[in-house]
Amino acid sequence: MSTNINHKDRKIHRQISLPFSKAFQISLESIRIRFWRSLITASGIFLGIAFFVAVRTGMLFPATGSVSTVIAAQNRQLWLSIMALVVCTVGITNAMLMAVTERYKEIGTMKCLGALDSFIVKLFFIESCLLGLIASVAGSLIGWFFVTIIHLLGGEMSHMTTIFWLGSLKLIGFSTLLGTFLTFLATIFPAIRAAQMPPAAALRVEI
Amino acid sequence: MASNEYVVRTKGLVKEYTMGDQVLRALNGVDLDIFRGEYISIMGPSGSGKSTLFNAIGGLDKPSNGSVFINDVDMAQLDAQELAYLRCHTIGYIFQTFNLIPVMTALENVTLPTVFAGMSTDDGIERGMELLKIVGLGERFFHKPSELSGGQQQRVAIARALANNPSIVLADEPTGNLDLKTGTEIIHLLKKLNREQGVTVISATHDLKMVDVSDRIVWIRDGRIAKIEERAEIELHIGEMEGEQEELTHP
Repeated sequence: MSTNINHKDRKIHRQISLPFSKAFQISLESIRIRFWRSLITASGIFLGIAFFVAVRTGMLFPATGSVSTVIAAQNRQLWLSIMALVVCTVGITNAMLMAVTERYKEIGTMKCLGALDSFIVKLFFIESCLLGLIASVAGSLIGWFFVTIIHLLGGEMSHMTTIFWLGSLKLIGFSTLLGTFLTFLATIFPAIRAAQMPPAAALRVEI
Repeated sequence: MASNEYVVRTKGLVKEYTMGDQVLRALNGVDLDIFRGEYISIMGPSGSGKSTLFNAIGGLDKPSNGSVFINDVDMAQLDAQELAYLRCHTIGYIFQTFNLIPVMTALENVTLPTVFAGMSTDDGIERGMELLKIVGLGERFFHKPSELSGGQQQRVAIARALANNPSIVLADEPTGNLDLKTGTEIIHLLKKLNREQGVTVISATHDLKMVDVSDRIVWIRDGRIAKIEERAEIELHIGEMEGEQEELTHP
C-alpha cells in the first residue's frame, strides 16, 4: 500500500484557494442574477428591521401625561420592542433558511465540480453579509424616517434635541449590525450543513 | 483503445441504507475493474444499485464497506481537500437531471469548474468556448438552461464535465430525460469524446441504445454484478432484447 500513498502524494497537490476578490465577484453576481428572488429575501430582512427600528424610534420620543400613564406606556413599548425583535429574528431566519434550502442541489452540484466545503461557506458568507447589510441599512433608515416624520407632524418638534439625534444614530447603527448578523447566522448554519453533506445526499434533497 | 492500466477498481463494495428500523443493502459486494479509455455501461433495472455504485465510484457518497481505487489511490484515504481535488480534476459528472446552475448561462456553467481549479477568468472562458464548440453549442453560450432544450442542456453538462480534462467521465442515466433521437445524439457525443480524447466513460443506464457503443456492459441485479459482457458477445442477441436495432446501426 506504500506505493499508493506515494502515488497519492505525487498526484494530489494542495487545492488552490479561492481568492476573496473572485469569491466576492461570484457572490455579487449570484445576488444580481437572481435579482427578484434576492429582492423577496431582502424584503423579509428589510421589514423585520424596519419594524424593530420603528418601535424603538417611537421610544425616543418621551411619553407625556400622568406618571401612571407614562409607566404604562413605557411597559407597553418595552413589550412591543421585544416582540419586534422576535418578529424580526423569525422573519430573517425564515427568509434565509428558505433561500439556502432551495439551493441545496446547487451546493451538491458545486461539490461535484470540485468546490471545497470552505468555498461554498465563503460564497454564502459574503452573499449573506451583502444582502443583510443592504436590507438592514434600508430597513433601519426607512423605519426611522417614517416614525420621525409622524411625530414631527404631530408637533413634537421640541423633542428633536441632540439626545434624539444621537439616540437615532445609535439605533440605526445597532439595527444595521443586528440585521446583518442575524442574516449571517441564519444563512451560515444551513450552508455549512449543506456543504458538509456528501454530494449525493445534497443532490437528493427535494423541497 | 482501452489500455491494460486500471483507472477504477472497486473491492467488496457494500452500501447499506437505514430506512426506519430496516437495513437496505443497495450494494452487496461489488468487485469491478475498469481499464483506462474504456466505455463501460452499468445496466440493471431500477433499484438494482446502479446509482449507488455510480455515487460510490464518483466519491459522492461513502460506501459502508469495501474500497474504491481511482488511479490506484484508495478514495477512503483521501481527506476533504484531496477528495475535492479529485472531483475537480480527475472525474467529470453527468446527471440524468442535467444539474446545471439555473441562474447561470451555458458558458458560466461550463467555466465554473475552471474557477474551482484556480484557472484565470480569461483562460476559463477560452476553455469554455472551446468545449461548447466541441459539443455543438458554440452559438448558444449566453443562453440560460431554461432557454435550452433537454438535449442542449445535457450537452452543456457534458462540456462542463470535461472542463478540467478529467480522465474519467461518470454519467448517471444521461439519456433518462431525453427522447430517443436526442438520447442517441448524446450517446454518440459521449462515444466520440471517448474515442477522440481517450476519456474513460462509465455510464449507469437502462437505455439499451448504450449497448452498441459500450466496450463492456456490467449487469447489476440486487446490488451484485450479475454478469459482465464484452460488446462482441452482446451484439449477437441484441435483436432479441428490443426492436431498436435499426436505430442503433443507422443513427
